[in-house]
Amino acid sequence: MAQMNMKEAIRDAMRVELKNDPNVIVFGEDVGKVGGVFRATEGLQGEFGEERVFDTPLAESAIAGMAVGMGIQGFRPVAEIQFVGFIYEALDQMFVQAARMRYRSGGRYNSPIVFRTPFGGGVKAAELHTDSLEGLAIQTPGIKVIVPSNPYDAKGLLVAAIRDNDPVFFMEHLNLYHAFRAEVPEEAYTVEIGKANIVREGADVTIIAYGLMVHTAVKAAEELEKSGVKAEVIDLRTLLPLDIETIVASIQKTNRAIVVQEAQKTSGAAAEIIAQINENAILHLEAPVLRVAGPDTVYPFAQVEDSWLPNVDRIVKAANQVLNF
Amino acid sequence: MSKLPYEVHSEPVTPLSVLSPEGEVINEAYMPNLTDEQLKEIMYRMVFTRTWDERAVNLGRQGRLGFYAPVSGQEASMVGSEYALNKDDFVCPGYRDMPQIVWHGLPLYQAFLYSRGHQHGGQVPEGVHVLMPQIIIGAQILHATGVAMAFKKKGEKRVAITYTGDGGSSEGDFYEGLNFAGAFKLPVIYVVQNNGYAITTPFAKQTAAQSIAHKALAAGVRGVQVDGMDVLAVIKAVSEAAERGRNGEGATLIEMITYRFRPHSMADDTSKYRTKDEEGEWGLKDPLTRFGKFLEKKGLWTEEDTARVKEEAKATVNENIKKAEATEKMTVGGLIDSMFETTPAHLEAQKADFQ
Repeated sequence: MAQMNMKEAIRDAMRVELKNDPNVIVFGEDVGKVGGVFRATEGLQGEFGEERVFDTPLAESAIAGMAVGMGIQGFRPVAEIQFVGFIYEALDQMFVQAARMRYRSGGRYNSPIVFRTPFGGGVKAAELHTDSLEGLAIQTPGIKVIVPSNPYDAKGLLVAAIRDNDPVFFMEHLNLYHAFRAEVPEEAYTVEIGKANIVREGADVTIIAYGLMVHTAVKAAEELEKSGVKAEVIDLRTLLPLDIETIVASIQKTNRAIVVQEAQKTSGAAAEIIAQINENAILHLEAPVLRVAGPDTVYPFAQVEDSWLPNVDRIVKAANQVLNF
Repeated sequence: MSKLPYEVHSEPVTPLSVLSPEGEVINEAYMPNLTDEQLKEIMYRMVFTRTWDERAVNLGRQGRLGFYAPVSGQEASMVGSEYALNKDDFVCPGYRDMPQIVWHGLPLYQAFLYSRGHQHGGQVPEGVHVLMPQIIIGAQILHATGVAMAFKKKGEKRVAITYTGDGGSSEGDFYEGLNFAGAFKLPVIYVVQNNGYAITTPFAKQTAAQSIAHKALAAGVRGVQVDGMDVLAVIKAVSEAAERGRNGEGATLIEMITYRFRPHSMADDTSKYRTKDEEGEWGLKDPLTRFGKFLEKKGLWTEEDTARVKEEAKATVNENIKKAEATEKMTVGGLIDSMFETTPAHLEAQKADFQ
């Protein structure tokens, strides 16, 4: 089995699907010869040609809108939006047009599109390159939202997303692209969309996270263990559909939970998860479910980025709060 | 003022007309190649569309239709442009462009269902190549661009056509679509039906560009301007554009100068933003009158024919509105099930609340 970092695993997912299905097509800004600004598509144009993997003019709405048009003609576009902050330019096409194609055509057409975008902080990137905009996406009916946390999941989830007949917003954390290597099968395989993963078992408190925050949560769990607290860490993998069953089963065991997200605190994924916990597991709770999140400000320039982002200390503190409630 | 040698400029364009307002052929060289039967069919469709429009406005007032955008005045550009296509070409309409997709094959009762907010309205039958009317003014421009990209990649000799209005030509998506089509040399036709008003905002306040057709220059696609009240000119221009697309010569932007005789939608009061004189002047260019005179002179059409088609149209509209009204109402459960190919658990749970 090959050792791959997350970026290589993502590239490999596109490679195996370009190979498997002639309708898969990859496009976006700079994805061709150079292989994208993060080299996530490096080598794909060389292997599959300009017909299958190509650069577009610089226009996010048109990238997303062209994907919608190609989708209704049988292609399976994998469209890259170069940085997450640029999706605002494409919101209508992604969240309105692609996401409601199945509904407004009474099931006649669909949008088998993957919108890939890098996101996530801690890398000292420029303004609007790192924000966590998954909250916008999960508020949108008709689009699935995936945030992988490791190379194996990233490849399996992306293969599943490319094969999915509904639009998928696939968010790749910048800080995970090169963070570590892991074993990744070279053949095509899928990781089920909508199925969370328990990455660390525990009986005292459940820490729910996704993307980079899974790793911060695991570090926090290790820290908590020093004081005898066994934290269970759930990697959600997908935010929509949300695997509430796994969350509830964990809370039935631990009776306490916190949710960690990089995004600003108000009305995001964590708020939704807590609402669903209330709907499904309120009688199992011994304490309110707390959020560890970024403050409700614009995402900052590089200077205060590290203290802005949720860290181990804040997660440990929140866990102790619910433990001592 | 003389132009600077380094200044980019363009020259005025003259819209293509084939017929004078009196129905005389004034540009024989641009007469599309059509048989007498085809000419009569085009007139049939325009009269049918006018009658349907009149009925639809009344049905709207009676509460039997929902959202409806009147089309009278624009029959030449709508009916003519669709007539110039092949059945396997793909139509991406703007919100007013129901006639094109019906003449392209969408059953009329589904048009009424769409208007009434029923999702089956958009369940386009297999073999009919249309999207439903688009509400976001420029979004369909990009869908047509993507459809054209698909045709090009598959090596199919088909074209995509999309419509917007003069207001739509101010949208960012309009520029992005044109630019993509130029860069990728796509088989797509962008029709701007310039009817002089974006709801109530007059064209003079819409753009300072010399014309909408000129906007093609910047994108490197072909731009033409057509007398949109002259169905033969419309057919000529769209046929040419389609042929160019099929031959790999790329996209065409067609500005059709037209007019809507009625309000933008069922709600606005035209007297607040238009004059009677203006409406009267455009009335003289009525596409049905002009083409009707041409056909009468050729002995192909009479007033009796118009009366007969009107009756036929009324009966067909009645039959189809009844069919729409008799169609089982959509349900919240059905709506929920149309969000994803397989309804996820959280939506199954939400569905249970409505059963």
